[in-house]
Amino acid sequence: MGVRLHVWGDLACFTRPELKVERVSYDVMTPSAARGILEAIHWKPAIRWEVTHIHVLRPIRFRSIRRNEVSDKASVANAKKAMNAGTTAGLGIDVTAARQQRAALVLEDVAYVIDARFHLTERAGAEDTAQKHIAMFTRRAAAGQCFHQPCLGTREFPASFRLLGQDDPLPASTLPDADRDRDLGYMTYAPGYPGGPPATFFRARLADGVLDVAALTREGLLA
Amino acid sequence: MTDTSPKLTRRHDFVLFFDVTNGNPNGDPDAGNLPRLDPETNRGLVTDVCLKRKIRNYVELAREGESGYRIYVTEGAILNEKHREAYVAERGDSAEVRGAKKLSPKSDEEAKRIRDWMCDNFFDIRTFGGVLSTGINAGQVRGPVQITFARSVEPVLPLEVSITRMAATSEADKKQRDEGSGDDERTDNRTMGRKHIIPYGLYRAHGFVSAPLASHEVKGTGFTEADLALLWEALGNMFEHDRSAARGEMATRRLVVFEHDSKLGNAHADALFDRVKVWRKRPDADGSDAANRHPIGAAETDNWGPARSFDDYVVTVDKDNLPPGVKILK
Repeated sequence: MGVRLHVWGDLACFTRPELKVERVSYDVMTPSAARGILEAIHWKPAIRWEVTHIHVLRPIRFRSIRRNEVSDKASVANAKKAMNAGTTAGLGIDVTAARQQRAALVLEDVAYVIDARFHLTERAGAEDTAQKHIAMFTRRAAAGQCFHQPCLGTREFPASFRLLGQDDPLPASTLPDADRDRDLGYMTYAPGYPGGPPATFFRARLADGVLDVAALTREGLLA
Repeated sequence: MTDTSPKLTRRHDFVLFFDVTNGNPNGDPDAGNLPRLDPETNRGLVTDVCLKRKIRNYVELAREGESGYRIYVTEGAILNEKHREAYVAERGDSAEVRGAKKLSPKSDEEAKRIRDWMCDNFFDIRTFGGVLSTGINAGQVRGPVQITFARSVEPVLPLEVSITRMAATSEADKKQRDEGSGDDERTDNRTMGRKHIIPYGLYRAHGFVSAPLASHEVKGTGFTEADLALLWEALGNMFEHDRSAARGEMATRRLVVFEHDSKLGNAHADALFDRVKVWRKRPDADGSDAANRHPIGAAETDNWGPARSFDDYVVTVDKDNLPPGVKILK
């Protein structure tokens, strides 16, 4: 049993893990980003979403945005100095030491259709049936309800969404023919976590504007 | 935390309009501090982080010294030091905690207590969340409030204004100029600079307040109804306390808040935002008359002059047939 969700937005950033200091987005939404959108609408520990297809509906266009950001880690040496002096005055994120200007290469004007299904996990109780969770998801998605507003990669780029029925036609696509069949290289399937499973990657290909995640991951995941 | 008002249990979506007159709302570090522009449409941009900075600054001013309203990302403190405070509060002030370079919570319960302590004390963590897992680990927090990039409703035209200063920067500058010409001192010591301004721009930003991230027992930050009221106050007044030579005159013009009567919401946010429309009107025309206003970019406005004040625009909110369970607050 599956669900189909149309998502779109002005800007998106699905950051490549190898280019994450000055962020560069993947060309299309990653399966894990799609999963995050589904989980923003409905998720329980009893279920695990699996994204099967991502339909790309708009031309793939990039734009650069540079922002002042905070460096990821404050220095221990400065912390010690401040401790010894007994004051934290004069140190902080607005001073140049803690400021970083980082560019992000983000996608512009994106729209996708996500096809997904879910599996019950070992944490599912007796009352967790597939029907129950599918009903909850479709009710929420149809009514515009969500646990938190889903986003396109990062939270400053919110995703608008509409539920599509299994038999509804796909929204019109403006993806140019030249982009409909493309090898996108290796793409993140699922990010890794310290002490958890390692990150996994798959060979992503667009075939007629569709990223067939289920078929591509059957070819094998790289850990 | 002294605030005892209830945690937020209703979702809110909002549209914020603010304008700038003869100023630079948000400089682009990639373009020599020119106002940020969308190169394809020439519409101006103001980033989410720029607006969040102003909210933080306002709350810092308005609630200075009040417990529970400290600002985490601010001038004058090192982030790790604040994490350390959480550990000191949790484990007691010992040499071990004070001296450790890396601290990780010993258990999930301790991690939660440290996270809650940070949320209770710092308004911006409670509101926007934050990555607290720097060298000293206090966990990650996702806050209920999410703000988007603001865009101007029409293309803006940045102007470069050259300015002069009647003084030299350094002795060396002065000496060099003295050797150059024998003119009087005023012109000798003059340095030139430039400012970038937008003559006028009306910007629109969207925002979301996700109630579960405020009141969920595990994921919630404890963001309260009082915090929400403070957020609206900050959005209304943040530019009043952000005056500077670069900004020109900036002001919040309109804040439209959609309140859902449930935690998860009662309507699609984009459908609600579509109810808020901006129109052009002749400055001398009465804005209430629908015949006097035209959609942005309409052919009728082709020979009109550029907008130079908020009087050139009308903002309307369609209140008919609101989805059940949604209220418009302002």
